[in-house]
Amino acid sequence: MASKSSSSSRRVIGKALRKVDATAKVTGATKFADDFAFPRMLYCKLLRSTQPHARIISIDTSAASQLPGVQAVLVGPDLPIPFGILPVSQDEHALCVDKVRFIGDPVAAVAATTEEVASSATDLIRVEYEALKSFASAEDAVANPEPRIHDYGDVGNLHKLIDLEFGDAEAGIAEGDIVREDLFFFEGSTHLPMEQHAAVAMWSPDGKLTLWTSTQTPHYVHRALAKVLELPAARIRVIATPNGGGFGGKSDPFNHEIAVAKLAMMTGRPVKITLTREEVFYCHRGRHPTLMWVRTGVKKDGAITGMHFRSLLDGGAYGSYGVASTYYTGALQTVTYHIPRYHFQGARAFTNKAPCGPKRGHGTPQPRFALEVHIDKIAEQLGLDPAELRLNTLVPANSLTANYLRVGSMGLGSCIAKVIEGAEWKRKFRKLPRGRGVGLACSSYISGAGLPIYWNNMPHSGVQLKCDRGGGVTVFCGSTDIGQGSDSILAYIVAEVLGIDPFDIAVVTADTDLTPVDLGSYSSRVTLMSGNAALQAAERARQILALHAARKLEIPGERVTFADGRVFDAQDPKRGITFAEAVQLAEAAEGTVGTVGSYTPPMSAGKYRGAGVGPSPAYSYSACVAEVDVDPETGIVRVPTIWIAHDVGRSINPAAVIGQVEGSIYMGLGEALMEEMAYRGDLKVVHKIPSLLEYKSPTTLEMCDVVTYLIEDPDPNGPFGAKEVGQGPLLPVMPAVANAVFDAVGVRIDEVPITPEKVLKALRKKQKGEVGRYGPESFPDIPWPEPTRVPTPWEGGDGKAVSLQRA
Amino acid sequence: MGPTSYQDYDVATTSESKVKIALDVNGEATEVAFAPHKTLLEVLREDLGLTGTKHGCELGECGTCTVLLDGTPVLSCLVLGLDCAGRNVRTVEGMAEGGKLHPLQETFADLGAAQCGYCTPAFLLAAEALLASNPKPSRDEIKDALAGNLCRCTGYIKIYEAVELAAARMRGEKAEPRPESLYGQ
Repeated sequence: MASKSSSSSRRVIGKALRKVDATAKVTGATKFADDFAFPRMLYCKLLRSTQPHARIISIDTSAASQLPGVQAVLVGPDLPIPFGILPVSQDEHALCVDKVRFIGDPVAAVAATTEEVASSATDLIRVEYEALKSFASAEDAVANPEPRIHDYGDVGNLHKLIDLEFGDAEAGIAEGDIVREDLFFFEGSTHLPMEQHAAVAMWSPDGKLTLWTSTQTPHYVHRALAKVLELPAARIRVIATPNGGGFGGKSDPFNHEIAVAKLAMMTGRPVKITLTREEVFYCHRGRHPTLMWVRTGVKKDGAITGMHFRSLLDGGAYGSYGVASTYYTGALQTVTYHIPRYHFQGARAFTNKAPCGPKRGHGTPQPRFALEVHIDKIAEQLGLDPAELRLNTLVPANSLTANYLRVGSMGLGSCIAKVIEGAEWKRKFRKLPRGRGVGLACSSYISGAGLPIYWNNMPHSGVQLKCDRGGGVTVFCGSTDIGQGSDSILAYIVAEVLGIDPFDIAVVTADTDLTPVDLGSYSSRVTLMSGNAALQAAERARQILALHAARKLEIPGERVTFADGRVFDAQDPKRGITFAEAVQLAEAAEGTVGTVGSYTPPMSAGKYRGAGVGPSPAYSYSACVAEVDVDPETGIVRVPTIWIAHDVGRSINPAAVIGQVEGSIYMGLGEALMEEMAYRGDLKVVHKIPSLLEYKSPTTLEMCDVVTYLIEDPDPNGPFGAKEVGQGPLLPVMPAVANAVFDAVGVRIDEVPITPEKVLKALRKKQKGEVGRYGPESFPDIPWPEPTRVPTPWEGGDGKAVSLQRA
Repeated sequence: MGPTSYQDYDVATTSESKVKIALDVNGEATEVAFAPHKTLLEVLREDLGLTGTKHGCELGECGTCTVLLDGTPVLSCLVLGLDCAGRNVRTVEGMAEGGKLHPLQETFADLGAAQCGYCTPAFLLAAEALLASNPKPSRDEIKDALAGNLCRCTGYIKIYEAVELAAARMRGEKAEPRPESLYGQ
């Protein structure tokens, strides 16, 4: 049900209002997980593995247990049931049972009366290991199937192998006037939220467990706790505290959350853990280091005839979201430029490093980097302006792609036009003095995934709404505010529909006892999904209130209008009652006024195995021009300005949207220039830089100026037309910078981060008359499975795989 | 066989006895007792209940625990609580007065300079110290003053704008946010 109010009459939607939690945040009143303290609270510390890959021979906790102040010690066999975010990779234990798989893997937990004692106690635990061969890179894991890091997975140390072919890609590529092949590498990076993960568990003698935790996904933590602790879900309450930054890094159920819950059950006392910064690096779940190979056939005018894309992901030690991440490295190539035939092969390797998972853009920034630099090279080879080439090959709105993604609104053309004009592209491209350059790149991202993480046919988001007879409204939703403003979105949407002040709305979120399920703050799903659920609940409440207001005012229902805290006659606005009076009339007639709303995404068009990753109710689009200064003497790249246009469908709050855009540019700039999860590549696979000082991220001194354009082309699937903004604008930054470096100094850096060392190496090669390029040189042989063949829509395909039908 | 009892090791056991100091916290004479090894950060959060001061590393790397000590921004994770005897400490809890937000708090809230809000108290205090010594800082001076504070959400831009707007208002100017910073170009 779409809202009837027209854009001109909107009081809330589209306004740059303060967020509902902003005042609490600027006064220090917001309670983050580590701000909780309870009487008799114990402190938990984890003992983590000092070995990258080893069998646990024995663990001796006797000395630790005797230490005065120690209340409980926990080891792997105490919690034998495995868990994991995806049903297909339940490969984690709260504490390692028989093996450790990376330096930092937790092997024991202690609860003690002070943090110092807990820490001392972990020092007293003796673990005897038998070292196993460790794997430092995906190539290493491909080359050595034994010893296996896990006893499951597609083959050897390859966790997942994917082969999907949409039409005959080879034939398509052969139709091109040119065929271009490129290799790229995207280094791993981490979320680096300023808040270290923290959790506090409380056990009540009546058999109820409560966990406050800095998680983006309380619903999944709830499920994992029930499974591992063997408690009924009805006895567990998970409260997601406001996240001090998430970016995907707090989307998995974590060891420490389960450990404190169990320790609270054992001791009957509240137990808290706050990870050290070093431990946050071990939790990781960040960007997968990804090697990519792409081969594309292109007509002289830039039209793509076929594409073959391969990716090899270094997954680290556990599954996490990795199967989905791997699919994502092949899914969204098709939603920007028309690719008539497409072949994707993806592989994820296990290695002995901190587990990778979903970081802002989840599996799509790597292929987007490859694709956008590849397109830039194609344009160069064909002598075409890369902006023109892109504009000529855009996927049309309301169309189906070769891999059966349904594109709705599509504002990429407008985005490109805006940044080209704003950045004075035509004046600058290939015309700036040596050392200065501009680069263009585009991107798209999902507004929520079409399918839930575990199979079920229930809504992805639910809202309950309660109208108080005093005129206040409370909205309950399981969504989690991680700083993106999801609490505010609920208030704005309900306020718009009911014509009240958003600050008269109480928002209760992310509490499994109080709020209907929302799947979590990931995949840019929250504004669209919880927004639609809130819209439905609010429209239902309005219907009830309008009925009784109409009777009182003696006017037809369709003339009843809600605005400015009043309910009145559209034809005679002076005739009306207050919103509170409308609630009282309805309550007198019908009893307590409460409604519910929920949202389930539309069915996906693809019916093949793997079709679950990529479909979305709506795709956002972004275009970005980066201007760079490259010092040919030092190789240092500086980015003075980035122009970005983002097709957000409709801004619920434009200031919040711009905040997400600027934050995305910032995080993308870090990945483009400096951020990397670096390991010592010797037998001891140890993280080189698990600290905020050594892991380089942009400070105020590196951050660029950002010029933002919001493109508003409302999407019918979004609440008021809104699409995502939290992740999409990050994606084009890395390739735009890489393309700009080429424009500045004529060398290709086909790898991020683009460090001075890499630029200098490429410049030296160019000086020697070699190809001025820095990047990977080969892609290993991988035992790809038989492809799943899916005829494209334009070949008469129906979204099903041919090979599956044969079987 | 190695040692088997905790007594064979040199480890911290029960808490050390507390020491008591007097200091001024947010304009109020305060006495507080704590274990002598505690940092100002820990004393504020754990012994005074002032959890508005946050931490991101406890190693002096991120700036998240910034408070003002005698008006100067310090990393409270690197300052011993004992060293604060007789001194003035200002935390985010002391910024709003009489139920009214400080101009910096107003502009941070209105411009979206606080997203997750975790680094916000530190930025507010570092900015307050800047404006106390330089009521009309240039954009570059703001960047310099805030270069020791990391923020992963905002890209810093809304923070600069919030500092500039608050500075103008604190100088008595009637300043409003620029439309493009709220609505785009």
